[in-house]
Amino acid sequence: MNHLLEIRDLEVRFALRSGDLTAIDRIGFTLEKGERMGLVGESGAGKSVTGFSILNLISKPGYIAGGSIFFRGKDLAALSPEEMRSVRGNRISMIFQDPMMTLNPVMTIGDQMTESLMAHRKISRASAEALAVEKLQAVHIPSPEARLRQYPHEFSGGMRQRIVIAIALLTDPDLIIADEPTTALDVTIQAEIMDLLLELCTLKDMAMILITHDLGVVSQVTEKIAVMYAGKIVETGSTENIVARPQHPYTQGLIRALPGSREPGSRLYQIPGSMPNLSAIPKGCAFHPRCERAEEVCRREVPELLKRGTFQRLVACHLVGV
Amino acid sequence: MLEKSALVTLNKVVKHFDISGGFLEQLRFKGLRPRLEQKKVHAINDVSLAIEPGEILSVVGESGCGKSTLARTVMGLYAPDSGEIYYENTRIDTLDSTQMLVHRKKMQMIFQDPYASLNPRMTVRQTLEEPLRFHQPSISETEVRDRVAEVMEQVGVNPVWGERYPHEFSGGQRQRVSIARALMVDPEFIVADEPISALDVSIQAQILNLLMEAREQRGLTYMMITHDLSVVAHVSTRVAVMYLGTLCEVAPAANLFETAKHPYTRALLSAIPKLGQKKPRHIKLKGEVPTPIHLPSGCVFHGRCLYANERCRREVPRLLALSSGVQVACHGVEEGRVLD
Ligand SMILES: Nc1ncnc2c1ncn2[C@@H]1O[C@H](COP(=O)(O)OP(=O)(O)OP(=O)(O)O)[C@@H](O)[C@H]1O
Ligand SMILES: Nc1ncnc2c1ncn2[C@@H]1O[C@H](COP(=O)(O)OP(=O)(O)OP(=O)(O)O)[C@@H](O)[C@H]1O
Ligand code: SF4
Ligand SMILES: [Mg+2]
Ligand SMILES: [Mg+2]
Repeated sequence: MNHLLEIRDLEVRFALRSGDLTAIDRIGFTLEKGERMGLVGESGAGKSVTGFSILNLISKPGYIAGGSIFFRGKDLAALSPEEMRSVRGNRISMIFQDPMMTLNPVMTIGDQMTESLMAHRKISRASAEALAVEKLQAVHIPSPEARLRQYPHEFSGGMRQRIVIAIALLTDPDLIIADEPTTALDVTIQAEIMDLLLELCTLKDMAMILITHDLGVVSQVTEKIAVMYAGKIVETGSTENIVARPQHPYTQGLIRALPGSREPGSRLYQIPGSMPNLSAIPKGCAFHPRCERAEEVCRREVPELLKRGTFQRLVACHLVGV
Repeated sequence: MLEKSALVTLNKVVKHFDISGGFLEQLRFKGLRPRLEQKKVHAINDVSLAIEPGEILSVVGESGCGKSTLARTVMGLYAPDSGEIYYENTRIDTLDSTQMLVHRKKMQMIFQDPYASLNPRMTVRQTLEEPLRFHQPSISETEVRDRVAEVMEQVGVNPVWGERYPHEFSGGQRQRVSIARALMVDPEFIVADEPISALDVSIQAQILNLLMEAREQRGLTYMMITHDLSVVAHVSTRVAVMYLGTLCEVAPAANLFETAKHPYTRALLSAIPKLGQKKPRHIKLKGEVPTPIHLPSGCVFHGRCLYANERCRREVPRLLALSSGVQVACHGVEEGRVLD
């Protein structure tokens, strides 16, 4: 069967003067139509680079060093630049943490929306505007016709992010990649934006990759999770399973470190140390210097991402399922 | 004058920012008559609050509601437009900088971005020694060295880092250094403005543990600002909820998370995403946050409140003490219209 998205052995490197650094180390996953996946992990784990590589937005000194990305059965790496443009922003859309990365401060919302549409489709200005109004309605912006004439600075942060979502929706994409879409927003507004994304995905049978370090958010809106550490996926499976019974010591640590799970005022569980630099990734399991359970084999051999024991998921840890 | 049991007391504190700009920017015409128009941000409006010794008081509320302004005003970094601030029994908002010096030492501040608050050209050792020499000019070299070593050990800053510069550290390590610097002069009261927001989950736990340990070992009192409500629930003894520069509710942390009273607090708490909870069930607010330039009449929250009525639009609700140390500023709660 064809997956909507299938990534195999993806490898991304940065060519620096001091030598090549591997930011993404042979990761793979699949996504079906309408499926929502969370990509989680600490800063520097490689979440954004993964998202960017799907859209072929890795720029120098970065480059895709290996692997393949199939989208609706086609290898994205084999597409011509024009073909890629018709996929990016059309079949796949991306939403960033800062809405101003998408919005042009000196253009009205209406002009930005119609131009973006007209770049992807043969469509008249009038029908483009009608579509823009429809999408602004879909993201619950009141009086959309009037709002089209306004500039980004005339909107609050939460409304700007809604507009970015409306722009991402213009072409009815099959996949939306949302990179920390609510990190810059307040909790109340964050909850509204997450509701909105969930509603739109369900309504349009749209798949989503949600990139975030917030496990609470991920557990509410996604069906599956991939946990990343130092450029690798270390655990992946159904969200419900992983949140309830994490198996990789890193995932376990991330969940145990959350204040919500402890008696107020008590000492929080802490993972010692911090994520390594790409230039100094430890041998064997990259997590071993921070891992309480590390044994000799962990220092020596890289654990493969495999189904281990009877667990319904893939884990890259020598000590799981033995 | 009344003896105060509180460590820090705020009485009807108001802080506005004038953003009118120069003469020409203020000039407006009404018909043909020129007049000067002043624009003000009403950042803090009539805030009264007493922080008791040993508390961890958290201040929460949406971005721009005035949390940082409140913190900076308490620390004496901004002068209030009106109202009074006391440290124990001394009024401190009227002191000049030499008189303030004694209090400076007792009150320390930790910021969100440890990189911006550390001097990039000073080694960790120099950073830690500076406040000590400043506040205790007569201190001996050996005392300085012992003190630095002691604090470094307490906050888990490896002594070999002493000769390094801030850019050589990760965010978590830098935040440890800035906490160490705050602890150098043996403070009693620490204001921490988003001390962990820039850090990863695993590092957040390290820093929160450090702050809680320091409190236990040194009997510190904190005023803490963080937008992460699960962190608030974990570390605070009491929580002050702010909306548009006004306190809506002040309550013991345990009470607040069990039985929030104010309609805004309820909406805010319902929005916390919880691990393993499938469907987000948050209370949706009407409308948008108004700007603090044109403050709404009556209750500042009325435009977004599901319980607002005529009185709410007209009359500013006062912070009333309910049982069990809870204070709420809401006509609806007072009249029993807002039910549990
Ligand atoms: N242009 C670049 N040059 C060199 N290294 C880079 C570049 N862009 C990213 N990296 C490195 O690639 C790694 C992965 O970065 P990425 O932005 O994907 O992390 P992330 O998981 O999205 O983190 P965050 O939560 O901070 O956004 C990091 O170690 C980063 O330093
Ligand atoms: N120096 C200043 N000059 C003018 N206006 C200011 C100044 N500092 C803050 N403000 C305004 O005062 C209000 C309160 O700002 P403050 O920084 O205290 O909010 P906050 O609650 O700390 O927000 P955040 O959660 O985003 O840090 C805001 O409207 C802000 O724009
Ligand atoms: S005073 Fe009125 S408007 Fe304000 S929160 Fe209470 S019920 Fe709502
Ligand atoms: Mg990122
Ligand atoms: Mg602030």
